[in-house]
Parts: sequence; structure tokens; C-alpha cells
Amino acid sequence: MHKNSRIILAISALALVVTIFVPLWRILMWAPQYPESLSLQIWIDNITGDLRTINALNHYIGMKQIQVSMFPEFAFLKYLVLILTVVGLAGPVFNSRRMVLGWMLLLVLAGAGALVDFYRWGYDYGHNLDPSAPIKVPGMAYQPPILGTKQLLNFTAFSGPDVGGWIFVAVGAITAILLVWEFRFRKI
Amino acid sequence: MLIPCALWLAVAGCKPQTPAQVATGDAAAKVYVAPGKYDEFYNFVSGGFNGQMTVYGIPSGRLFKTIPVFSTFPENGYGYSEESKPMLNTSHGFIPWDDLHHPALSTTNGEHDGRWAFGNANNTPRVARIDLKTFTTAEIIELPNSGGNHSSPFITENTEYVVAGTRFSVPVGDNADVPISSYKKNFRGTISFIKVDPSSGRLSINFQLVTPAVDFDLARAGKGPSHGWFFFSCYNTERAYTLLEVNATQKDKDFIMAVNWKKAEEYIAQGQGKKVKARYAHNVMDEKTHMATSEILNEVLELDPVQLKDVVYFIPCPKSPHGCDTDPTGEYIVASGKLAALIPVFSFTKIQQAIAAKDFEGDFAGIPVIKYESALYGEVKKPGLGPLHTEFDDKGNAYTSFFVSSEIVKWNVKSLEVLDRVPTYYSIGHLCVPGGPTRKPHGKYVIAYNKITKDRYLPTGPELTQSAQLYSIDGDKMQLLLDFPTVGEPHYAEAIPASLVMPNSTKIYRIEENQHPYAAKGEKEAKVERKGNEIHIYMTAIRSHLTPDNIEGVRVGDDVYFHVTNLEQDWDVPHGLAVKGAANAEILIMPGETQTLKWKPLTSGVFPFYCTDFCSALHQEMQGYIRVSPAGSNVPLKFSTGKVEPETTTGK
Repeated sequence: MHKNSRIILAISALALVVTIFVPLWRILMWAPQYPESLSLQIWIDNITGDLRTINALNHYIGMKQIQVSMFPEFAFLKYLVLILTVVGLAGPVFNSRRMVLGWMLLLVLAGAGALVDFYRWGYDYGHNLDPSAPIKVPGMAYQPPILGTKQLLNFTAFSGPDVGGWIFVAVGAITAILLVWEFRFRKI
Repeated sequence: MLIPCALWLAVAGCKPQTPAQVATGDAAAKVYVAPGKYDEFYNFVSGGFNGQMTVYGIPSGRLFKTIPVFSTFPENGYGYSEESKPMLNTSHGFIPWDDLHHPALSTTNGEHDGRWAFGNANNTPRVARIDLKTFTTAEIIELPNSGGNHSSPFITENTEYVVAGTRFSVPVGDNADVPISSYKKNFRGTISFIKVDPSSGRLSINFQLVTPAVDFDLARAGKGPSHGWFFFSCYNTERAYTLLEVNATQKDKDFIMAVNWKKAEEYIAQGQGKKVKARYAHNVMDEKTHMATSEILNEVLELDPVQLKDVVYFIPCPKSPHGCDTDPTGEYIVASGKLAALIPVFSFTKIQQAIAAKDFEGDFAGIPVIKYESALYGEVKKPGLGPLHTEFDDKGNAYTSFFVSSEIVKWNVKSLEVLDRVPTYYSIGHLCVPGGPTRKPHGKYVIAYNKITKDRYLPTGPELTQSAQLYSIDGDKMQLLLDFPTVGEPHYAEAIPASLVMPNSTKIYRIEENQHPYAAKGEKEAKVERKGNEIHIYMTAIRSHLTPDNIEGVRVGDDVYFHVTNLEQDWDVPHGLAVKGAANAEILIMPGETQTLKWKPLTSGVFPFYCTDFCSALHQEMQGYIRVSPAGSNVPLKFSTGKVEPETTTGK
């Protein structure tokens, strides 16, 4: 591989470490009563933001209280990221395009896995409601959107990457571009 | 036939313009604040005889809030909750009412800093400090040796002092039981210099100047070059104690009193002055415990300006001066003799020269009187009838209110020329230019606070609304833009750019910082305790339930304390509490706050209680019951929320 490719790939792999320290994902919610919006930030091992207010509001429709203990994933996600980083460094260090290709697949798998996991949690959170809740709307579920916006009663909810999520996206995109360039346009 | 017509025409022609003719085409656009937009200025308006301060937006004239200060306010429990009762304590005990005339906004370097508003209690002399983060009364200090605290509160350039002068001179010291006719001998005026702690805002009376008996009316601090001086208007230099209407209006001139307070501080530093006995209350609201405490203090430092020279001087001023206002440069002092046909403008530089040259015409009760001409910069000739108060813009102009001729007159401070005049509807008292009393006026508007409204609004029986009027002062000509009704009876008001106040506005009290001894900081801490015949309910409120909401075991004769903690940590979610038969008011509890409602049940039975602030979709479900049994009953004390017991079929 070109020397610059190897440097960029190494930096990209190391950049993943940053995602341990910044929020990965965010959920914003607007309502007539909350024109300034309520927000949740999902970190690698924590969930922060207007939790207290959101929990207070969600008890009306019987949603569970959001707590860190709801997410067993928080216990090991940061080690997964560290493993991803180490594996990512192998390609540029051993100058192997195949290793980089393998890493790319691993990244995509990890990203897809995270979204599936988030969907499963969201499905349970939005559907598994307390039958004695004060407000019951027949046929209504409150699963937050995976990506993009969705209307949930009086709330407009938005879900999308935060800083950490964008780092993952950027690392994936850079790796993909470099792979295409290395395989298609460079002769070994 | 022709004669009646001519007469009719003559009468119609002479009739003054009607208000509708005065407002011009683009006025509506200038005061229109579109839905969802903010006003440019906060207007802090005294409530007069309602004892409160009200907050309006300018230019819209919309009322935002009443801040309870010196009067009880059942609307939010001020003066009714156990926490706020001590705020209204005085040396005469708990007083539920007063008369607030003058707001004063804190300044730094002579410019508004948006930290505090001060207000005076006229009847039972006190000064209050209002916190502009929370828009609540934070502190009240009583003033001993004072009667009719009208010349108050006025502040020095960096809010070093809030100054309060007596309207009534009164007997001071231990022997107050004297004949009224011994006025000259036994009565004295006092000026209290209340020190303001620069970081906490805490008030303490640093000293009182004891002056000859006169009536003090209004005052202003010097600024810039005149910083260190204070100017007071005084009337009744005739020293009348009866029928003042006649007996206090005989002299051609009364006085402006100039006080060199830096000099007074020097004397204090030298150990001068005399500590005398006095009894006055000092009440402070603690933002962490959400409780007020009241302390009675017993001593005040008196300074006698007859003995301590160079502190106080009198300057003759025509006919019962009312307003006494210093211009933004600090050089000119405008005094309005309310019965005078001119406005004298004094020069600070000339006053200093006259003092240096001992250019005195004599003395008044031992205080030197500077010659009128020696202190005078010039006179505004024939300005109008009944001048009262003057505010200033940023272009060197002054705006004086005229009660009798019911108008605002604009004149130039340097040239003393009258530039413009507009009628007010009717009989203006005070007026307000945003930043008008500071070194940096914002110009743009002048607001008139009128005493009479007559035909301006739909009539409401014998008592009519009070009103304010907004005028544009952008151009050469003043232009009437808006009438808006006001509550109470506004006297003075100040306006401040919203940008100096809005960013600091408190949204919630942090529940972690709540140090109220009866706070329940979570539903797990909610409980009911009996201490003798006191029942303490540690109650929590959160959308949409109260915990506990079923309470039994209370007996007739018990004092029941509902200590309610609002667990919300979300902006604009207060909860309230009211109990059937409670002989006080509701309490309103802000997020993170604890407030206490005391209730003494007089009969047995089951009493409902509920949340009074429409907090949520299930607000109407936010309710509970408390059972009261006869005295001596052995119904056990118990409490719960959400607990459904097997149906009890027996009656008792």
C-alpha cells in the first residue's frame, strides 16, 4: 500500500479510541410543551441528558424508566472498540490490503450490530408498556426511530449519530475509499 | 340662529384635542411585539398601595409578573407559607401590607448591571432587595427613627449604598412620648445609609444622618464627578406639624440638601458618631433552605451633621421641591418645585466653589445654607405647571413631568430651552426613560405613569384602572404610542434592556441543593411524623401525584404542616397545594423547592387536598385525602400512596 494510505488507515483506527470519550448517538424530542427540545446522549457506557424529565413524562404511557442498568452492553462496548482499533492497526502495520478489507467488513458488522441492538432495545422500550398506565392509545407503540424523525403522540422524535457516531461513519468511509483506490487504481 | 351657531363653533374650536387625534398612524407598528417575540426592555413598576412590584414588557406594555414585596400575596402563598412569613416581620410584629413607591435598579459604574431591584415601604419604613435572577424578594430591612419612608430607595453609583430618607420627621431616641407641638425641639429627620455587600447584596445600616426636622421627599446620588455626594429635596422648612397644605407652603424657598457621604465615611473611620439604641427587623430569604429568617437588631450608628462639619449643606430651592434628579454627566442637579413656575438647575461645580468660598447666606438649624445664585446653573423659564420629576436621554435632553398641566416637557440641559411638550392623560406623576437615572440612558422611549384615567378605558364603577402611557422620543417630537393599564397605583418605575436580565433568569432550583429541614428529595423520603400535637407531612409533588395522598391519624387540635417538595427539575412546572378549610392561602412550589402550608383542622372528617397549578394532563387527578379524628381518638397514624386496602365495610 502507499505510505500515505498506511498512515491514514493507522490514524483512522486510532481515531476510534476517541469514541470512548464522546457521545455516540443522540435522540432529540420536541413537543408543544418543549419547544426548546429534550435530548438524550448515548455514550459507550452511559446515557445522559434530560433523563429525569423524559422518565417523568413517559410514566404516563407506561414506558420503563430509562436507566443505565437497562443496557448490559455498556459493560463491554468499550473493549469491543479497543479490539476494533487493534485489529484496524494490523493492516497498515503489516502492509496488508486483505487485512484492511477484513477490518472494513468487521467495521460494517459492528455498525450493523449496534443498530440491530439499538432497534431491539427500542422495540422493547416502545412496546413493552405497563398495562396500568394512565394513558393508553389503542394500537400505539412508542418505539423511537433508528435514524431520522418520527411522530410519537405530541412529540416529534429525532434519532441520529452524535460526535462518536460520526467518527465511526467517517472512519468507515475513509477506509472504503482507500480500499477502492488501492485495489482498483494502484498496481502492486 | 346665527349666534348659537357661532357660539357652538367657538366652543368646539376651543375644546382641547381628543386623545384619538393625538395618536398618529404608525404608532401601532412601533409597539407591536409579534407573538413569540420578546420585548426590548423590562419595566419594573412600583405597585404603590398594593405593596408589590410589577414587571411589564416595553414597548408592548404587557404585564408579565407581580413580585410580592411588602404585601401578602395569596396567589403564590407569600406571607402565608411558613417559609415566607418572617419576610414581613417588623419591630411592630407581622405586617401584611405596605405602600411601595420607588424601584431602584442596581448599578455598577453608574450603569444598570441587572442584579437587583430595591423598593421602599412607605408606611412602616423598610427597604427590600429583589433578586433579578429569581424575581423574588430576597431581603427586607426595617429603618428605625423613620416615618413615611418616601425619600427612598436611591442608590450610589456602584450600589455602595441604598439611601432612605424620612418624609415625616419624628422624635428620635429613647423619649418618643413628647407633645406634637414640640416638633422643632424634639423631632428630627433621618437619612439611612444602607450598605450593600457587593457580592451577596446583603443589607446593613451603616449609619444614620440625623438632620433638622423637615420633610424629605426624593433624592438622587451624584455620579461621575459628583460621585460621593447625594442630593435630597426637602419641603416643610416652615417646620409645620399641622395643616401642612397651608402651613408648609408659606416660604418662597425650601431646600435641596447636599450630603458629602465620603466625608461622613471619613468621620466614621475616625471613630466619630454615636451608637444609639434602636429596634428594627432584618429579614433574609435563604435560597438553599427556601426559608426566611427574621432577626431584630438593637443598635444604629448616628451622625450629627451640626457637629460633624462639611457633611451636609442646604441649597435654597423654590416652592416645595419634589423631584431632585442628577443628569447623566453628574454635573447638573434638576430640582422641581412642585408649586414653582420655573425649574432651577444647579451646578455641582458651582456648589463646590460656593462651599470652598464659604458663600453662605446663613444657616438653618446649624447647617450652612449656600446662596441660591452661587449654586445655580440656570432656570428653565415657564416650563409648565406643577413640575414633579425629571429623567434624561442620551442626547443631553431632560424630560420633566407636570402634574397640574398634565404634560411631559422636553428641554435641553445645557441651553435650558424648552424643545417640545406632549399632553398626558391625565395628571402624570413619575416618568421613566430606560436607563434614565443612570450614566447611560438608552433613550428611545419615555413612559408616563398617570394618576387619573377618567375616560381612557371602559369604566369599572367608581374605582378606575391606573395607567401608563408610552411615548417615542427617537425623533425631535415626542409621539404618543400606547396606553396600557397598570395594577395598584404606580409611582416610579425603571426600565432596563432585556439583555441585562434575561440570560440570568433562574429556571429551576436544583433539588440536590435543597437544604430545607423538611424536604423530601424523593418519594422514598415522603413520610408523616407526629411530634406532640404537631403533624409534619413530608410530601412530594411530581406530575401527576402527591405522596402521600392518603393520611389518617390526625386529631382535632393538631397543627398540621404540609411540607411539600416539588420534585420536578423541569422549567415551568410549578405545583401548588390547597387544603379544604385552611385559613390561609395556597402555596405554589417551584421545581426543586420546599414550601409549607400550616393547617389547623377545627372539626373531624375527611378533608380533600389537591394541586392548584395546572401542571399536566392529569392535573385534575393530582389529589388526596386527610382524615381528621376527634381529639383523643386512637386512630393510628398512617399514610400511603397507591395502596388499595380491602374495602372497609364498617363505618368507623
